[in-house]
Amino acid sequence: MEGRPLKQALARAQSRAKRRALLLVVPLLLFIVVTFVAPIGQMLLRSVHNDAFARNMPNVGAWFAENDGAPTEDAFAALVADLRLARENRTAGEVGTRINYELGGTRSLFTSGARGADDLEPPFATSLVEDDAKWADPQLWQVMRTASSAYTASFYLAALDLTRDGDGNIVRVPEGRAVYLALFAKTFALSALITAICLLLGYPVAHLLATLPLAKSNLLMILVLLPFWTSLLVRTTSWMVLLQEQGVINNTLVATGITDTRLPMIYNQTGTVIAMVHILLPFMILPLYSVMRPIRPHYVRAARSLGATSWTAFRRVYLPQTVPGIGAGALLVFILAVGYYITPALVGGASGQLISNLIAYHMQDSLNWSMAAALAAILLAAVLLLYWLYDRLIGIDNMKLG
Amino acid sequence: MTGRLNVVADLGGGFVVFDHVQKSYDGETLVVKDLNLSIAKGEFLTMLGPSGSGKTTCLMMLAGFETATAGDIRLDGRPINAVPPHKRGIGMVFQNYALFPHMTVAENLAFPLEVRGMGRSEREAKIKRALDMVQMGAFGARRPAQLSGGQQQRIALARALVFDPKLVLMDEPLGALDKQLREHMQFEIKRLHDDLGITVVYVTHDQGEALTMSDRIAVFNDGRIQQLAPPAALYETPENLFVASFIGENNRLEGTIEEVGPRSLVRLRTGELIDATPVNVHQKGQRTIVSIRPERVEFKPDMMPASAHTLDAKVLEVVYMGDILRTRMQVAGSDDFIMKCRNTIGQTRLEPGQTVRIGWHPADARALDPL
Repeated sequence: MEGRPLKQALARAQSRAKRRALLLVVPLLLFIVVTFVAPIGQMLLRSVHNDAFARNMPNVGAWFAENDGAPTEDAFAALVADLRLARENRTAGEVGTRINYELGGTRSLFTSGARGADDLEPPFATSLVEDDAKWADPQLWQVMRTASSAYTASFYLAALDLTRDGDGNIVRVPEGRAVYLALFAKTFALSALITAICLLLGYPVAHLLATLPLAKSNLLMILVLLPFWTSLLVRTTSWMVLLQEQGVINNTLVATGITDTRLPMIYNQTGTVIAMVHILLPFMILPLYSVMRPIRPHYVRAARSLGATSWTAFRRVYLPQTVPGIGAGALLVFILAVGYYITPALVGGASGQLISNLIAYHMQDSLNWSMAAALAAILLAAVLLLYWLYDRLIGIDNMKLG
Repeated sequence: MTGRLNVVADLGGGFVVFDHVQKSYDGETLVVKDLNLSIAKGEFLTMLGPSGSGKTTCLMMLAGFETATAGDIRLDGRPINAVPPHKRGIGMVFQNYALFPHMTVAENLAFPLEVRGMGRSEREAKIKRALDMVQMGAFGARRPAQLSGGQQQRIALARALVFDPKLVLMDEPLGALDKQLREHMQFEIKRLHDDLGITVVYVTHDQGEALTMSDRIAVFNDGRIQQLAPPAALYETPENLFVASFIGENNRLEGTIEEVGPRSLVRLRTGELIDATPVNVHQKGQRTIVSIRPERVEFKPDMMPASAHTLDAKVLEVVYMGDILRTRMQVAGSDDFIMKCRNTIGQTRLEPGQTVRIGWHPADARALDPL
């Protein structure tokens, strides 16, 4: 009997304070919704939704809805009606582009088909194919069938190097045209490599930062943070100066006779790895530092006094206590590396391109935003999976970012 | 009188020996100056001193975490200057315990046994024995963070003892505990020392701790041992002014030696004559500071030795402290002369403003060289 009124009284007493607290958060909440949640939702939608064909080709869409199997004369009639409609509305290019995403070389088929559609005589099944034999291609009809629905998984299939054959079965794309899976693999492998290098380089520095006297550690901290205060472009450009074939490092190597040939260190994977390690290193050092700072030297001394060699003391006593920092730093660096765009674009050359560069290509050059969205969504899913794994293995509660 | 500073008797025979050990961190000043110390097997030796006196540095040199700049440290007859800490086989209890937070209590205790390559069954037997020894048998599966300060202290103790070291070092192990628990743990540590027959080197700045636990106490100041003696001797017969003022409360009276002998006379600045025992003053006319413990000051004539010199004292303040009455008096021009009277049934209660004559046994007044 007493429990309920007490709870209500408590809620009433706190509601005013809660409302005021909420007011403080509202601006940020709005900002996040507008700039983060909405765009990501839009992107996810775009990756499965493209109505360029469905909207502009109503007749053939209706035929697909009612019939299965190979196209009949009715189907060709509907297609020609749609092509005439497209010529009238000047949407043939849009439709062709949509089909072209999945079947190369078909944009011109639609534009020229629309131009000649008015002159065609029935039976259209023969006249249209006479005009261009490609119209009889079963794969084209398969693609049009999937495109006739505004919602489609075909961008995801394409992003995973899969496609539908003439019978609608999901198959691998031919060897020569598969790019995405290999690029995903390369992106994850390079990101893992960059994370590993960052950990190897950053761990001792973080340890120094945590154990040096304050004056020296402050200086070191400034050196660590220096990259944050310089423009990314300046840093990347300076790597170009250093690493290029006629650059400082190559000149030194050749002049001192260490190597005879000039090493290709930029505009390839090596360049991407070097520049990205440099940029992402602070993201590894800072979480490590924040975890190492409170670990008192007593622990290692205790382990030594108990009979452990310095290596054993490090491995069994110091290292386990820094695992939350390692996890946080590695997760941070890996996630940033997986989505990094500007550095690989500038110093990556052909072999150093990552998946994000391809997403940018689809956004800017091929204008296939659905494809870009599908690739980005897969990337997002992979990162979320990683995050989940981290939570299972180490626990998000243990993460210390600084 | 035991353990005069510069007389180091038979250094070679001790279980732990510091032989002319010096330590400098910066190459300019010595933190430890010419330390000579011999600790017998089974002894409980306390290094007592203010912070910065070099006591912890000595302990760290013994543990192997600091290297001696000069001199030899020997353990059981073997020089250990070049032996790394993990090969010294010395148990150590740290300030704030240093229990490994990512391991359970049992894993903490297993650590020193594992690195020694001990088998599982033997390990478990030893862990159980060590935990039972500190009455923590039921806590093996807990993490250190789930234990109270006193419990963590016990585990730290058990961990330092589990691998049967002959020598155990303790670096202010009770500093983080509250008073009651600290007194209880002092007793526990002492009991373990007696039961196991181990040698203990204990560092503290708490004189009460040092007096109750130790066989001998080495009082450190300014990088030197000021006096090395059993607790009673240290308290009752301090050999210099530092020891006299660092250990317990004392009254100081300044004056000059009037007459030398086994009982000497000291003339105070205000002209009165008092009895004192000369400690490190030897000449007539030498300046001295006479140190007297507040509880050895008497104001009843029948409690003083016959023919003792007495001084006029004006009572300024009486503080009731339960077991004693702490009486602050004006004596020989100084306002902070303290006399402690036991709070017994028949005790005369002095009132502020009252004037009495005070005196003491000459053995209790020690004429010391002013620093």
